[in-house]
Amino acid sequence: MADQHVQTLPPSPEKATLEGKNKYLGFWLFLGGETVLFASLFGTYLGLRGSTVDGPGPSELFHLPLVFIMTMILLTSSLTSVFAIISMKKGNYKGLLAWMTATVLLGATFLGLEIYEFVEYVEHGLGFTTSAFGSSFYTLVGTHGAHVAFGIAWITTLIIRYRKSGLTLTNAPKFYVAVLYWHFIDVVWVFIFSVVYLMGIGG
Amino acid sequence: MSNTNAQTKSVVWDWLTTVDHKKIGIMYLVAGAFFFALGGFEAILMRIQLMFPEATFLPAQTFNELLTMHGTTMIFLAAMPILFGLMNYIVPLQIGARDVAFPFLNSLGFWLFLFGGILLNLSWFFGGAPDAGWTAYVPLSSEYSGTGIDYYVLGLQISGAGTLIGGINFLVTIINMRAPGMSMMRMPLFTWSTFVASTLILFAFPALTIGLLLLMLERIFGATYFAVASGGNVVIWQHLFWIFGHPEVYILILPAFGIFSEIIATFSKKRLFGYSAMVFATLLIGFLGFMVWAHHMFTVGMGPIANSIFAVATMAIAVPTGIKIFNWLFTMWGGRIQFTTANLFALGFIPSFVMGGVTGIMLATSAANYQFHDTYFVVAHFHYVIIGGVVLGIFGGAFYWWPRMFGYRLNETLGKIFFWMFLFGFHLTFFVQHFLGLMGMPRRVASYLPGQGLDEMNLISTIGAFLMGVAFIIFVVNIFVSMKNKETSGDPWDGRTLEWTIPSPTPEYNFAQTPLVRDVDALWYEKYEGEGSMKAAEPLGDIHMPNGSILPVIISLGLFIASFGFIYHDDGWTWVAIVGLVITFGSMFVRSIKEDHGYHIPVDEIKKGGK
Amino acid sequence: MAQHGMDPTAPLTGEPTKKTRRKLAKEMRTQLIGFGFMIFLTTMAFISIASDEIPSGFAIPFILLLACIQVVLQLYIFMHLNERGNGWQNIMIWTAVLIAIPTVASLMLLLGIVKY
Repeated sequence: MADQHVQTLPPSPEKATLEGKNKYLGFWLFLGGETVLFASLFGTYLGLRGSTVDGPGPSELFHLPLVFIMTMILLTSSLTSVFAIISMKKGNYKGLLAWMTATVLLGATFLGLEIYEFVEYVEHGLGFTTSAFGSSFYTLVGTHGAHVAFGIAWITTLIIRYRKSGLTLTNAPKFYVAVLYWHFIDVVWVFIFSVVYLMGIGG
Repeated sequence: MSNTNAQTKSVVWDWLTTVDHKKIGIMYLVAGAFFFALGGFEAILMRIQLMFPEATFLPAQTFNELLTMHGTTMIFLAAMPILFGLMNYIVPLQIGARDVAFPFLNSLGFWLFLFGGILLNLSWFFGGAPDAGWTAYVPLSSEYSGTGIDYYVLGLQISGAGTLIGGINFLVTIINMRAPGMSMMRMPLFTWSTFVASTLILFAFPALTIGLLLLMLERIFGATYFAVASGGNVVIWQHLFWIFGHPEVYILILPAFGIFSEIIATFSKKRLFGYSAMVFATLLIGFLGFMVWAHHMFTVGMGPIANSIFAVATMAIAVPTGIKIFNWLFTMWGGRIQFTTANLFALGFIPSFVMGGVTGIMLATSAANYQFHDTYFVVAHFHYVIIGGVVLGIFGGAFYWWPRMFGYRLNETLGKIFFWMFLFGFHLTFFVQHFLGLMGMPRRVASYLPGQGLDEMNLISTIGAFLMGVAFIIFVVNIFVSMKNKETSGDPWDGRTLEWTIPSPTPEYNFAQTPLVRDVDALWYEKYEGEGSMKAAEPLGDIHMPNGSILPVIISLGLFIASFGFIYHDDGWTWVAIVGLVITFGSMFVRSIKEDHGYHIPVDEIKKGGK
Repeated sequence: MAQHGMDPTAPLTGEPTKKTRRKLAKEMRTQLIGFGFMIFLTTMAFISIASDEIPSGFAIPFILLLACIQVVLQLYIFMHLNERGNGWQNIMIWTAVLIAIPTVASLMLLLGIVKY
């Protein structure tokens, strides 16, 4: 720290300051809260998934190929965000930005497919207000989609804001928790594709 | 960039933009006290209506609105914020921290709570307050209530977000910002109970968030989670509400337990008996608090095995609670007890709360619960635990920490008059309600018939309520009368913990030098085993402070505005919702892209202010 | 609170140490293997539902098990919960899971339709 403007790269720049440590821990705690939030939505969906009334049910609507493609896209976006963090720790800031951009693009593709999927279902007669199944399905999957949208906006903001700054002790924790958030979205999707789509088709 | 001097600001602007945990704590206390008075006033109006049989003081609809707003206000806008105020002010001082982990979010939490509370109460002026009880059971709240419920849903959603933020902030502060030597098992009990209560907030509030979201989507956008005709199920709301609602009562009572642990140890001049058992009991109560919610739903028809499991789990909570009660008694045993007002509240708490605990076990007996359900017996029970526990804890804590927070002591004589009048009024109001309930008087009903043996006890109950009201006025008078008793010592009670090691009034940076903690009751240890004052863990130096910000107010205001757009979305107000959300997300965006690294207080200034 | 004298806006320069470099190379391999395994689990889950050979009485518990394994992999490989200094993170996440289980179970089962 002899010179104010040259600082060496620590092994974990996201946790090098107290602010970074606080942010890191606080974000994990937030994810704990999100776990219960999604549990409430999953429970509501599971309680109501048989209540299709006159509307279409899961096995008439869901198509495995589309869900499979969406799952692979989201899983790959999780991997690209892992690469972003490895680049960050290597001191390769350009790599960080590039992998983050890849993550955003994959996320946007996923979101586009989800919107396409919803439009499709509405055309097949499952509206938001059609049945308790419809309401709880759109609420659960839609809340996940809203998280994806928020994540895209968040990471895009970070990329644009810090496009020229280089890695600093201030932005390292910001990128890191954004990536944690992105992984968490993927974690929730694992249960969505298993519980909503696969169980919807398979039984 | 860092600058060395904070700008001079006007008083109002200073409080609007402050991120100082002490000022935020005081704002929580003031706002909470206001809502407490409001909720109390609503209670008195209801008691006047119930003073005599077939009274016509209030129309039944107004009575429904009053009982809903009384419950909602007292839980969400009075008890929790006041406890948050004490936590905000005291916890960083007790762990030897200069600040909380997230000063900006702390401020945001407060403003979200305040705007949520204001929104909820504005319902009185725009088409009537919510009228479905504080539990807002569907389908009453989803199909048979007016716009009041929309205010309830959005007001609680906003203030609930604030509470969640506050909870995460306390957790990170306690985990990451303890002074050197302050291990988890050296933390004062109030800090421990804040920690556990914050954990409960973290895991309980998301369920409420979802419950309120579903109710909003059902009411405003026509979803059908609860509408039975479209395949919905009303029990889903009850589960979501109580998965939040039961931990919520522990969120309230655990900090009160923490306050009493501090007060009893201080005024018995003894170390808290069974410190580690107390910590363990707090954790156990916190955990069990999550596993018992369905005891509010015994009469729903879940089935006998489900009811039995929840009954047994509920009764199990008596064990850690009993551990606590006995530890308090053993702390006093053989101590030199000082009967200060604060300690009187602690002493009054023990028998009052035990009575509430005993009726809790009675209610947990699921077969007998069919008889008690929805009667005044339940009303008596939860007022015994909430007033006998939480409110006495809040007043005890107020008298105990008042010199620390406001730089003067409250008058003891007035305080004792207040205590006895409040305690007497409280038992008078609620003791008879046990019997009213056993005789079959249903709760939440605006009137009753004469000649059924209910008349006298209802009259007694109302007299008690008036006594509590007068007592509270004496407390408010005490606040103003006592202002002249300036407290110059930082340690008026011969305290045991770190918050009494710093000068009065509390400096902005709390500790000129971070203290070194060598035992539980750090200050007491230094008084008797050390040199009488805390050892420093660091040399004197510049202190880094965060800058204030107006953004929390704007973010909260945006959501407040957006709520009107949602409520009146059928009348073409959707654009208002969009405007509000743009304000909120816009200011979040500004916060995100504008780096703010705070400023430093130079060491010379600290030396001047230090002693 | 940045330590005094440390500039939080200055770009971090320099190379990571040899040790860090080796660690990152190893980590890269772990992450890729983990990713491959997750792809495999996901594919297995889809196949077990898509195939007509596998009875749903087996397939449903099987895919739920796969989902749980995959989530644990995500948490410990992608999200680094296994690293030292994450004790509180582990406690809180598993507490959340512990609370999530009865939440889901009760919303699914205890709705007053079937009596238990």
